[in-house]
Amino acid sequence: MPPRPESADPVIRLEDAVVAYREDMALQEVSLTVYRGEWLGILGPNGAGKTTLLTVVNGLGRLLRGRAFVFGREITRGCPASLRRRIGYVPQVQRIDPRMPISVREVVRLGACGRVGLFRRPRPADERLVDFWIDRVGIGPLSGRPIGHLSGGEQQRAAIARALVQQPEILLLDEPTTGLDRTSRVEILDLVRDVHRERAMTTLMVTHAHRRAAALCDRVVLMKEGRIWGEGPAAAMLQAETLNRLYDPEGEQG
Amino acid sequence: MDLSIWGYGFMQNAVLAGAFGGAACAAVGVLVVTMQLSFLGVAIAHAAFAGALLATILGVPPAVGSLAFSLAAVAAVGPLADRGEFSPDAPIGIVFSLTLGLAFLFMGLLPGPRTEGLDLLWGSLLTVSRADVALLAGVAFAVGLLVLLFFKEIQAVIFHRELALAVGMPAQPIYYGLLIAVGLVITASLPSIGGLLVFTLILNPAAAAYQLTYSLRHMFLIAVAFGVASTWAGLVGSWLFRLPSGATIVLVSTAIFIAAAAGSPKRRGKAR
Repeated sequence: MPPRPESADPVIRLEDAVVAYREDMALQEVSLTVYRGEWLGILGPNGAGKTTLLTVVNGLGRLLRGRAFVFGREITRGCPASLRRRIGYVPQVQRIDPRMPISVREVVRLGACGRVGLFRRPRPADERLVDFWIDRVGIGPLSGRPIGHLSGGEQQRAAIARALVQQPEILLLDEPTTGLDRTSRVEILDLVRDVHRERAMTTLMVTHAHRRAAALCDRVVLMKEGRIWGEGPAAAMLQAETLNRLYDPEGEQG
Repeated sequence: MDLSIWGYGFMQNAVLAGAFGGAACAAVGVLVVTMQLSFLGVAIAHAAFAGALLATILGVPPAVGSLAFSLAAVAAVGPLADRGEFSPDAPIGIVFSLTLGLAFLFMGLLPGPRTEGLDLLWGSLLTVSRADVALLAGVAFAVGLLVLLFFKEIQAVIFHRELALAVGMPAQPIYYGLLIAVGLVITASLPSIGGLLVFTLILNPAAAAYQLTYSLRHMFLIAVAFGVASTWAGLVGSWLFRLPSGATIVLVSTAIFIAAAAGSPKRRGKAR
């Protein structure tokens, strides 16, 4: 059940957020509130500003205009490290140099390193957490392997484990199922759904075109050309006719 | 074999300078190679050389000029490589050719027989002073301490700077701290190892170690061993066969790299 706005606690609030990369306006006056415990799906064609929206929340993207609040704190001028530690981020799968000298376990352990802080080593409790999530995402036998040797799906699982080792209150997922086979897609979505519920996280998930993924969400935001084009419960937003208009390059703007 | 040479002070200095310089260059080389910023390292090395020449002309200690110029190079090219939106090849290339041009200019302006300038270019392990050795030792220990204290941050920044930032690490200060460490090592290495050779010692041992291991910890250790071995082989070569030590160091470290690349388990992995 989606939480009711009037009774719920807003953990993310954007007010007229504008982000630009050089000449391109990536986000144009986007206003959005996300409530604690909500699972928000973000859909839209390429270049709609979906990834930029996620990066505004964790401070990797900088606002040109407008304001942003996370956990009630203004992050308009960047998200401080103390808040970033509470936000897990799984970026889109990127090619990793197969010779990169870092193991799967070391990558997952990075999730604990922000919290551990400078001049300290991860404690045994952190190491247990790393082992727990490596097993939970199903890459236990691969933990000693170089990260660059894993398949895209396996790297994606490692990235999710790393984000969860952070014990985040907000989880940002950028196309977590793109490029995966059907079995992996279903497994990863099931995992995210279970963890989202168990940990009472606030989850923002960008998906390019997967209606099945978006259907799991409490609420769906449709984006196009840097603007929010539509917003509402998943069932209402995922009508074939609505999506056809969203993905139609000639389609009118909302 | 005549080993009486080791009794001489200049040879002891050379051996120590080779060890500390080789180790420090190899350690920062691991950073440069794994962050795929090799070209940035070349730009910093040439800037340091140009700065040392300008300092010599102005009559101030060369280290002052090379430090200032290498930090300026870090300030100029660091943000370009960091932005990630476009390939930084061209801007780094421009900084690189600018520093090379400045080095030529200052070399031309240098009065007299220009031996000081040529010494900075080629370095001279055999005439290195106690003070230079002490500086190299200090920088080598500082780099070692930096790597030990910030190992997990370094690992994170090497793997993915954006992710390091996202998990709540101070990724920007660490990134620039590492680039400044590269500049410091080059500055300290200039009198003994020289502006041309320093880059060989930064790149070759680290690139060889990169071929041989998937562990960053081991990569640091292997690179340092290769760096020290290269400088010492250069000294032995110059003593036994009267070869120029700088040239021998370049050839030995390149041979180590070729051997490592040929025997690399990573190469076999690719072929499978």
